[in-house]
Amino acid sequence: MNYEVVIGLEVHAQLSTNSKIFCGCSTQFGAEPNSQVCPVCLGMPGVLPVLNKKVVEYAIKMGFATNSQINRINTFARKNYFYPDSPKAYQISQFDEPICEHGYLDINVDGTEKRIGITRIHMEEDAGKSVHDESYVSKNETLIDLNRCGTPLIEIVSEPDMRSPKEAAAYLTKIRQLVRYLGICDGNMDEGSLRCDANISLRPVGQKELGTKAELKNMNSIRNVERALEYEIKRQKYILEDGGTILQETLLWDPVKNVAKSMRGKEDSHDYRYFPDPDLVPVIIEQLWLDDIYQALPELPDAKSNRFVSQYKIPEYDAEVLTASKEVADYFEATVKNVANAKLASNWIMGEVMRLVNQQKVEIGKLSVTPTRLSDLLKSIEEKTISGSAAKTVFEKMVESDLSVAQIIEQEGLSQISDSSELDKLIDQVLAENPAQVERYKNGEMKLIGFFVGSVMKASKGKADPRQTNEILRKKLG
Amino acid sequence: MVIAIKDNINIKDEITTCGSKILGEFKSPYNATVVTKLKTEDALIIGKTNLDEFAMGSSNENSAFGPVKNPHNPEMVPGGSSGGSAVAVATGCADIALGSDTGGSVRQPASFTGTVGLKPSYGRLSRYGLVAFASSLDQIGIFGNFTQDTAFVLNAIAGHDVLDSTSADITVPDYINQKNSSVTGLKIGLPKQYFADGLDPEIKSRIVQITDRLKEKGAELVEIDLATAEYAIAIYYIIATAEASSNLSRFDGVHYGMRIDEGTGLTDMYEKTRSEGFGEEVQRRILLGTYVLSAGYYDAYYKKAQQVRRLLKNDFDTAFKKCDVILSPTTPTTAFKIGEKSDDPLSMYLQDIYTVSANLAGICGISIPAGMHSNRMPFGLQLQARAFNEQALFDLGTFIEKL
Repeated sequence: MNYEVVIGLEVHAQLSTNSKIFCGCSTQFGAEPNSQVCPVCLGMPGVLPVLNKKVVEYAIKMGFATNSQINRINTFARKNYFYPDSPKAYQISQFDEPICEHGYLDINVDGTEKRIGITRIHMEEDAGKSVHDESYVSKNETLIDLNRCGTPLIEIVSEPDMRSPKEAAAYLTKIRQLVRYLGICDGNMDEGSLRCDANISLRPVGQKELGTKAELKNMNSIRNVERALEYEIKRQKYILEDGGTILQETLLWDPVKNVAKSMRGKEDSHDYRYFPDPDLVPVIIEQLWLDDIYQALPELPDAKSNRFVSQYKIPEYDAEVLTASKEVADYFEATVKNVANAKLASNWIMGEVMRLVNQQKVEIGKLSVTPTRLSDLLKSIEEKTISGSAAKTVFEKMVESDLSVAQIIEQEGLSQISDSSELDKLIDQVLAENPAQVERYKNGEMKLIGFFVGSVMKASKGKADPRQTNEILRKKLG
Repeated sequence: MVIAIKDNINIKDEITTCGSKILGEFKSPYNATVVTKLKTEDALIIGKTNLDEFAMGSSNENSAFGPVKNPHNPEMVPGGSSGGSAVAVATGCADIALGSDTGGSVRQPASFTGTVGLKPSYGRLSRYGLVAFASSLDQIGIFGNFTQDTAFVLNAIAGHDVLDSTSADITVPDYINQKNSSVTGLKIGLPKQYFADGLDPEIKSRIVQITDRLKEKGAELVEIDLATAEYAIAIYYIIATAEASSNLSRFDGVHYGMRIDEGTGLTDMYEKTRSEGFGEEVQRRILLGTYVLSAGYYDAYYKKAQQVRRLLKNDFDTAFKKCDVILSPTTPTTAFKIGEKSDDPLSMYLQDIYTVSANLAGICGISIPAGMHSNRMPFGLQLQARAFNEQALFDLGTFIEKL
């Protein structure tokens, strides 16, 4: 039987606000355990949460970026469960009235556009971390680090609209691209600032109702999300084809062994006893504030890509690659400002520059080859001061030193033929080809020297040094 | 001014017990906002007062540290849950005491001990640092010997607090200088439901006597109808327990306070700690609250209770179109004997029948001494006014004190 795969994703994005969602503690990653805490995020008796307005602003930005409806009245709810890294024993989240609903994103897989629905986006607080596996934790002991506790999150819940792991990866890539463009989350999956849970089920092709789903957790890269989904499709298919039934359960992905292990079944699922948090008053979002946030939105990837195509006349493919990250797009635009040939800039950035970024593992904005330096290099190509292949050598040198493009060309002798025997040969060739002019020169028509130099330059494709050429010519013509 | 503080309000570096074993030797790392404000005014805080565990009770018998006795007769309860604070003022140990009032926990013990007990409007002052029982109902209240004492203290502690989103960001009037010392033209509402069955006849006749005097002095008496009041106890015990079940979840033995860990796993540690640490009444309310929030019951109980709460609030809004202040008994009886109602939680819950509505509606209320019963126990009368109109309570309360 042929099965159709049905995938929905729940993505948690840690918002990059300076302070936590309900208190003034810092959200800096990697600080000394339990150093960024206060009575409020420690859940001490008697404390009360006060909402960080920036969190609402960031959630609204994501709402706009995902074409969502923004709910003007926002309430918070308590999600009750006991766990040591949750000091209040409830998480403040949104339930009935999430900040964003009914959105969508368009993804592109192998050239085909597809729209993925977004059910909702809501704001909530992150929990702390339980530490079991580190060497400094003794057996049968768990240490708790509450630095992360109270870090703001948005949860972006998609419709079950994805039909393959590839589509899921494309959707997740798009989410990551958007949060980075908006500057609301660093999007680092390995540090856990972007986390993804996947719901996946199979159904016979043509069947309307959904099959029983499994939930996959603990996938710390987009590649792992894809792998885990591929694994889960095989597992479910195997069970179904064997006449078995899928159990509704939560599975934990093991990225080392490449398998998903059952964490808990449906019968262990919590009753979270959601109810409105009486400590927080409803947040009413004023139209004026919404307008301000909308006005201040940066240009988003799709719009930027379209503009690149029309403004710089570069192919769609190039525009998409260049706008994949805002930093690359900015780098491109800063470069192309001084260069006439945008396609040349695009080729260089997609090729040499990206290779360098991957090699050095640095952000493009921090490369020693700045857009200004790159445009100097590209200009010397455009002006035919150097050849394309010579330019690659210059590029290598630019990485290693702070010297200007001109200095490197000079130093490396790339702009001219400095080898006098090679120049000799060229000059001899030019003289042999123009016996009449040689005769006229020798008869006193001295201004013909200019003609000879020009011809040599042309023959050397610009690499000959005019001064040296002049000298040699005068010598040879006596 | 010498002030006692109910032991569910945090003072920095001092132990907070909430009348419970579960907090162990917990010392607060911070001051409640009201404590900060009192200290700024150079108040002398002499100590913390006993209470029903986590403010759950109407007799102060539910404390892990033993009951509080009524100074008018040590066989009698002082009321609760702020029994210790009421007695501190009644006995002259303190000029003023802070309590907390979730369903009557300041007004009922004030009535039982012959003191004045004020429950300000919800949001009039910050709850930051008050250990939460039921967040949408809790309010820090003030005990004093006279109405003006409570007005004086409210002046010092009222106002918006950036640490409490539910504190109202509106101007606080100056309560110290009595605005109106006459009752001429004042419309006093008498809710017919509050003078019906179950009210001690002596208390009833004394209150009628007082209202007659007020009429003589120029006040207008208006009968009002609080039809939903009969549901107040029922909805109160759904909403309060629901919120409590969540608020008290943090006392789980992990981060502070008592922990019973026999090395048999996390769930076992939670269960043993909470079973040992919480008293019977607290456990009863946690179970009740957990139940009403559970999947399948939420709509029938919690949601329905919130809807009826809205109707009750509407009833009060309508009533306050007809009158300025609502006058009623504070409690249906005088103080009862220690142990008398311990095995009958329902009859204990009915102690708050006249007081819970103010918490559900978010309005303000005060209990002032109304007289002495033939059983030689004091009792109070309650005044209620619309939200943030504490001034009306102070004006009329002071007037009645001078009758």
